Amino acid sequence: MTLLVLADHDGQRLDPASRSVLSAARQIGGDIHLLVAGSGVEAVAREGAACAGVSQVLWADAPHLRDREAANLAAQVLALAPAYTHILAPASSCGRDCMPRVAAQLDVEQISGIVAVHGPDTFTRPIYAGNVLATVQSRDPVKVITVRCPAFPPVGEGGAAPVEAIPAVPDLGLSRVLERRLDDSGRPDLGRARVVVSGGRGLGSRENFQALLQPLAQRLGAALGATRAAVDAGYAPNDWQVGQTGRIVAPELYLAIGLSGAIQHLAGMSDARVIVAINKDPEAPIFQVADYGLVADLNQALPELLAALG
Amino acid sequence: MAVGREVMAYDVVVVGAGPAGLAAAIRLRQLNGALSVCVLEKGVEVGAHLLSGACFDPRALDELLPDWQARGAPLHTPVRDDGLLLLDARRAYRLPLPPRLRNRGCHLISLGQLCRWLAREAEALGVDVFPGFAAARVLYDADGAVKGVATGDMGVGRDGKPKANYQPGLELHGRQTLFAEGCRGSLTREVFERFDLGRDAQPQTYALGLKEVWEVDPALHEPGRVVHGIGWPLPADTYGGSFLYHLDHRQVAVGLIVGLDYRNPWLSPFDEFQRLKTHPVLRDLFAGGRRIAYGARTLVEGGLQSLPRLTFPGGLLAGDCAGFLDVSRLKGCHTAMKSGMLAAEAVCAHLEAAVAGKEVLTYPERLRASWLWQELHRARNIRPGFRRGLWSGLALAALDTLLFRGRAPWTLGHRADHLALEDLSRHAPIAYPRPDGVLTFDRLASLQLAHVHHEADQPCHLQLRDESVPLTVNLARYGAPETRYCPAGVYEILPEADAPRLRINAANCLHCKACDIKDPTQNIRWTVPEGGDGPRYGAM
Amino acid sequence: MKVLVPVKRVVDYNIRVRVKADGSAVDLADLRMSLNPFDEIALEAALRLKEGGLAGEVLAVSCGPAACQETLRTALAMGADRALLVETDVELQPLAVARVLHAVCAREAPGLVLCGKQAIDDDAGQTGQMLAALLGWPQATCVSELQLVEGRIRATREIDGGQEILETRLPAVVTADLRLNEPRYTSLPNIIKARKKPLDSTCPAALGVAVAPRLQILGVSEPARRRAGVKVQDVAELLEKLRQEAGVLQ
Repeated sequence: MTLLVLADHDGQRLDPASRSVLSAARQIGGDIHLLVAGSGVEAVAREGAACAGVSQVLWADAPHLRDREAANLAAQVLALAPAYTHILAPASSCGRDCMPRVAAQLDVEQISGIVAVHGPDTFTRPIYAGNVLATVQSRDPVKVITVRCPAFPPVGEGGAAPVEAIPAVPDLGLSRVLERRLDDSGRPDLGRARVVVSGGRGLGSRENFQALLQPLAQRLGAALGATRAAVDAGYAPNDWQVGQTGRIVAPELYLAIGLSGAIQHLAGMSDARVIVAINKDPEAPIFQVADYGLVADLNQALPELLAALG
Repeated sequence: MAVGREVMAYDVVVVGAGPAGLAAAIRLRQLNGALSVCVLEKGVEVGAHLLSGACFDPRALDELLPDWQARGAPLHTPVRDDGLLLLDARRAYRLPLPPRLRNRGCHLISLGQLCRWLAREAEALGVDVFPGFAAARVLYDADGAVKGVATGDMGVGRDGKPKANYQPGLELHGRQTLFAEGCRGSLTREVFERFDLGRDAQPQTYALGLKEVWEVDPALHEPGRVVHGIGWPLPADTYGGSFLYHLDHRQVAVGLIVGLDYRNPWLSPFDEFQRLKTHPVLRDLFAGGRRIAYGARTLVEGGLQSLPRLTFPGGLLAGDCAGFLDVSRLKGCHTAMKSGMLAAEAVCAHLEAAVAGKEVLTYPERLRASWLWQELHRARNIRPGFRRGLWSGLALAALDTLLFRGRAPWTLGHRADHLALEDLSRHAPIAYPRPDGVLTFDRLASLQLAHVHHEADQPCHLQLRDESVPLTVNLARYGAPETRYCPAGVYEILPEADAPRLRINAANCLHCKACDIKDPTQNIRWTVPEGGDGPRYGAM
Repeated sequence: MKVLVPVKRVVDYNIRVRVKADGSAVDLADLRMSLNPFDEIALEAALRLKEGGLAGEVLAVSCGPAACQETLRTALAMGADRALLVETDVELQPLAVARVLHAVCAREAPGLVLCGKQAIDDDAGQTGQMLAALLGWPQATCVSELQLVEGRIRATREIDGGQEILETRLPAVVTADLRLNEPRYTSLPNIIKARKKPLDSTCPAALGVAVAPRLQILGVSEPARRRAGVKVQDVAELLEKLRQEAGVLQ
């Protein structure tokens, strides 16, 4: 088996998501090739060559590949496709945009957003907004797969794969990106943050919410979240709401502060890798799902935590 | 905002797609295919707001659609085994089965499924069934007669101002309007007050029914088995009882009915229900199973003596919003259907004969000549007998049914449920155990299984007449009983630093109407939210 | 310009589904079904184009069992001019749907296909892109703002960490994101009018499309519930655990 992984990057660096896809590819097994397509992305190709498990980097460079527009990118993948049994990409904007085009042109079903690998043709993927996990087996000759990255630990360094420049496909000219606006508020996006600091009604006031959580989030480079109750009470803006009716998050670390753990809230964060709960009520349901629980008064514990973090 | 609303005219406008409303609509079209009939339903689909046990007597259905079996009516589980248990905290004692609780010939059904099927039958007969549209106001003509209803505006914000997707409601005019809203309908309440429909009747008395459906171990599943229970967990001074119906597909419906004339403000019907499942004789059934649905709804228990005037100019009442449930048999579906059919027959005759006047006066006459009247007459003394508690109630019920066979020379009275609550200080707090997440759950976890949804940005549909009463009366005298009787956790007292405050989580509302009934000063008024909002019961 | 809007019948988005006891599938018995919310947004966008004089006929298409007629009636009540059901009881997967739609496009020759970015049941998020690829058309996925300018589409797309503005030529496939618009409510008069609008029916075989599933669902399960971890005594112990044991803090 030979697997092709389509790399995600911003033109400068390999996106960490690609390392998770490589990790999923290693679980499938076989020779792993990494396709780096873009404009002026030799550095990304070199970075990919150093990733553990990569045996070959294919580097396609052309101005019209710069924006990784779906039709051109799909054409680039399709040009290589006959050599591969599996073609993988992260379930990122780019992967989700491009890969179904690849699958359709290969006349195969795509397996979207996998979270587990059971064998070369069998995978688990969430459906119904993550409320159900489906295990599916593909009968197609080529498996076209997008990977949910938090489910796979990123591969580290240690590879020394050769980088081969390959010809870029011609520009299809179907569409072009006029502008790209990335949020640069300094605070990470709630849906993608590695750390989320979330507060509930236990904070007691809007002022406390700001005074206690803001500096902690700043220090940890975290996004701020809130429960519906806290939003309803006016402690936090609407778009901070985490939960069934708000954002669904799956960070590495979720700090649940002064929140009871209402089921609507749990529905939005229980995929976090590590959950920490700080609450003064030892019976709060949040402790039933937290990996680490601290029963304490927030007004003391939070300043202490901030001080200890330095 | 009432200017220039669109109007749609029908011969008969039916409010509520439950057993009464749908049976009426079907009957109307069966009798006269030229009559135009529409049915408005606030639930997102028919059945979304219907909840009943249900142990169903097919008598009315036999009359309405005699070939129901061939038409695929969802009656899959005939009753095979009946039981009545008296529970104490540890044991269960089998009681002799009163004749009226014998359920041979009945079927264990989901009322939601039945009505979805009835709605299809109605549509096939040419009835316009409109789920997702809530009748929000009653319309009157110049003479003060009901001329129809207006559906609620959609897309109004929390502040009462129209949003970008605002869509005004419209007027549905009917030569007759049939209110079949179910227990404590919000428009029924309005016409009740306007036409003083209760003036010659006893006050209505209500109960709150809580229900769950469980998928159980096939080894413990006995399709067709009925178990009714009295006693534990309810204290002897509180009227109520439990039911356990073994349906098909490994499913068991379990429920607790709690009379809303209870006195102890500490009582929490929801927590009593949760506790029920931990009884030693019941817990094994649930321990290996999985809870798949939850819901709650109030029901009428006043019987014949609480039956109001059923007609008024331009309109009439049928089903539970009038109060047709037979409490002695714990059944309201067939009586609701029959009342709807009788109303339809009267309306049809009235419209065809072009009778002078806008009131269908022959409806009560037809009712009195029907088996429905006889059934309710026999049942009339069962419920009021329990006002002094379980034991005297059982004794009176036995006397009434066994000795007099419902023909006792007396009729007992009721009083309004909201007056029953006593001061907090007169009762000891009830310590309910914490939910274990296996047999017992909290309200929020339960709500997930009712699939409740309300558009968040809309005016609160639970209205307070006086904003201060929740604290000055409800909290001060009764310890905020709404936080305990509400089965959906809608009402919450926030212990804010300066002063406590009532928070209304309207989005949780199961449309059970318990608050509209039980609030001690009748300060809470339940109104309809946006059409389509509320629970989305599958097969309750 | 004709706009084709594919619509899928899915379980109501407020319903939390459960898996069948035998783990074979999701139990949809007695649950309320509705028009996929993202498709509803796509339809709203198509109707606004039409109302703005930028599009002609709006055609709603659904693939699936006879019950999808209900979904199409909803689309007609919202304002679609015409509906087509490609009826089959086979469980349809995204490629099969894309191939059916491809065949419908060949017959109907729309200038624009507007669909939801994903269906809320299988969450695959592929059909629009697959259809674009089969047609050889450009695509704009996850669109939160849509303009038609001089025969081209200018779309704001929601992408990871921000937005991009994409210009494509027509014909094209556009998939709608949540923020594109807020769909209108249907009204009673429009529900009644919708009954008289044409709802045609065909089947995959008549379109010459094979729709047998390629992915076999071996089983479904509900995600494992988290278990309670440990209680720590103080902030110092918490930090130590997060650094040493969990490795989430440096």
